[in-house]
Amino acid sequence: MSTTHAINVTIEEVIPDKRDKFSFADYIGPIVVFLVFIGFWYLLSSVVLPEQKRFLLPTPHKVIREGFMVWHSGERRGLQPILMSLWDSAKVALLGLGITIVFGMSLAVLMSSSRWLERATWPYLVAVQSAPVLALTPLIRALIDGTQTQRLLVVVLIAIFPIVSNTLFGLLSADKSQHELFTLQGASKWTRLVKLQFPAALPNIFVGLRISAGLAVIGAVVGDFYFRQGGVVGIGAQIDVYRNRLWGPELITAIILASTLGLVVFLFFGWVSRRAIGKWHITTRGH
Amino acid sequence: MSDAPASSSALLSFNNVSMTFDDGTKALDNVSFGINAGEFVTVVGPSGCGKSTLLRIASNLEASTGGTCSIDRNSIGYVFQDATLMPWRTVVRNVELIAELHKLSKTERQQLSAEAIELVGLSGFEDKYPRQLSGGMRMRASLARSLVMKPKVFLFDEPFGALDEITRERLNDELLRLFQHEGFAGLFITHSITEAVYMSTKVLVMSARPGKIIAEFDVPFSYPRNHDLRYEPEFGELCGKISHALRGAHE
Repeated sequence: MSTTHAINVTIEEVIPDKRDKFSFADYIGPIVVFLVFIGFWYLLSSVVLPEQKRFLLPTPHKVIREGFMVWHSGERRGLQPILMSLWDSAKVALLGLGITIVFGMSLAVLMSSSRWLERATWPYLVAVQSAPVLALTPLIRALIDGTQTQRLLVVVLIAIFPIVSNTLFGLLSADKSQHELFTLQGASKWTRLVKLQFPAALPNIFVGLRISAGLAVIGAVVGDFYFRQGGVVGIGAQIDVYRNRLWGPELITAIILASTLGLVVFLFFGWVSRRAIGKWHITTRGH
Repeated sequence: MSDAPASSSALLSFNNVSMTFDDGTKALDNVSFGINAGEFVTVVGPSGCGKSTLLRIASNLEASTGGTCSIDRNSIGYVFQDATLMPWRTVVRNVELIAELHKLSKTERQQLSAEAIELVGLSGFEDKYPRQLSGGMRMRASLARSLVMKPKVFLFDEPFGALDEITRERLNDELLRLFQHEGFAGLFITHSITEAVYMSTKVLVMSARPGKIIAEFDVPFSYPRNHDLRYEPEFGELCGKISHALRGAHE
């Protein structure tokens, strides 16, 4: 018997790697939806709304002309103050998201390692998720000093649930036989976490990240409404001012830009996810 | 099978092993046999008879409720029913995994895994991810992963059960080649009689629950075995006898 007896793989073949190709069709959908959206907007602002209430929803071209095309006018009007506020809120959202990720994932790791802790914390996480955080604002103001910290707390409260639940679900998703493979080698709890549970959890973690990222933006905007101080204010506070003064084009511009921030964060984490796990993780659509 | 303890020179021996699960199910009843170096023993039996439990006891994944099992626990290769590859690791990184868990140095790991990959015929596929491989290739990678640490005893838990006939027969041949080349002792679980006879030096037949060894057949054919062996009359005759014993096992 020779010592080199590599066997040629002939019958079994490697499954071809199907990479999604750039396709124009993939872009038609969003464009069509965008056009329908704009049409609907025109319909609302120039037909459905009674004449005396049309200031509530100016037409798209009016928003572009008076909201986006004006750089700075008066104390608060124009694109420049809106962008400054947006940047202020973005900083809070991102910092808050960072805290949420670190804290939420650590909590999920602890919960995955102890069934007792999982059972003890789960109901309260669900409670935080469904509690009207806004109703707690007086309490938050009384307990915590500094608008910045108060805003961060709102972001964490609003964004934490998806990251904890998805990470936990992912950490517990490894196969029994994969666990047994580690048991057979006498692997420590830490090794198991790092080399088995954490990588197995990555697809779920990224789902949680994308949802939490969107919620962090919402949390930051909402926090702005209630916790503000002089100087540059967050986009939420800015929106509140426009709303009170019935400055339609500025209001819509600010809302669009706040949504865009959420969209950008969402797309960013989708991109990171594809970079990190796209090579081995397959999502299936069923056909 | 007698209750006499298996010979002490055996690499793996079960001595009056019984197993009753917490829910009261009696899975194994007084099982005794041993496997020496150079032996490849296959256990066949009705499904749910406790065949796999034997492997779980041997590897200490479960503790028997009666009797003893002696084995060098640091030198076990365990091949699961499915390939249990980590989908986030490429073939070569999967093959390195066990060596990695034993804290071997990177150069050692790379050298050993390259050898193992060559042995199972996966050269050229080192950088593929499991999802890009066919079922048979995944099983080869799984075999390579266990081969890296050069275990003295290999436990196989119906490893080829999910594969198509042709792939299964090819992997039977390759596993036999590895068996001769590496010189490990093998304990193989299957419910294919043909596979059992083709692979083994000895076939044990287990009864329905609670599992007992009710018959033992020595397989007289010498190695290396050729796949045409399956169509020899002696081969068919032995399969017939085992099938007969197995039929009894179901009653």
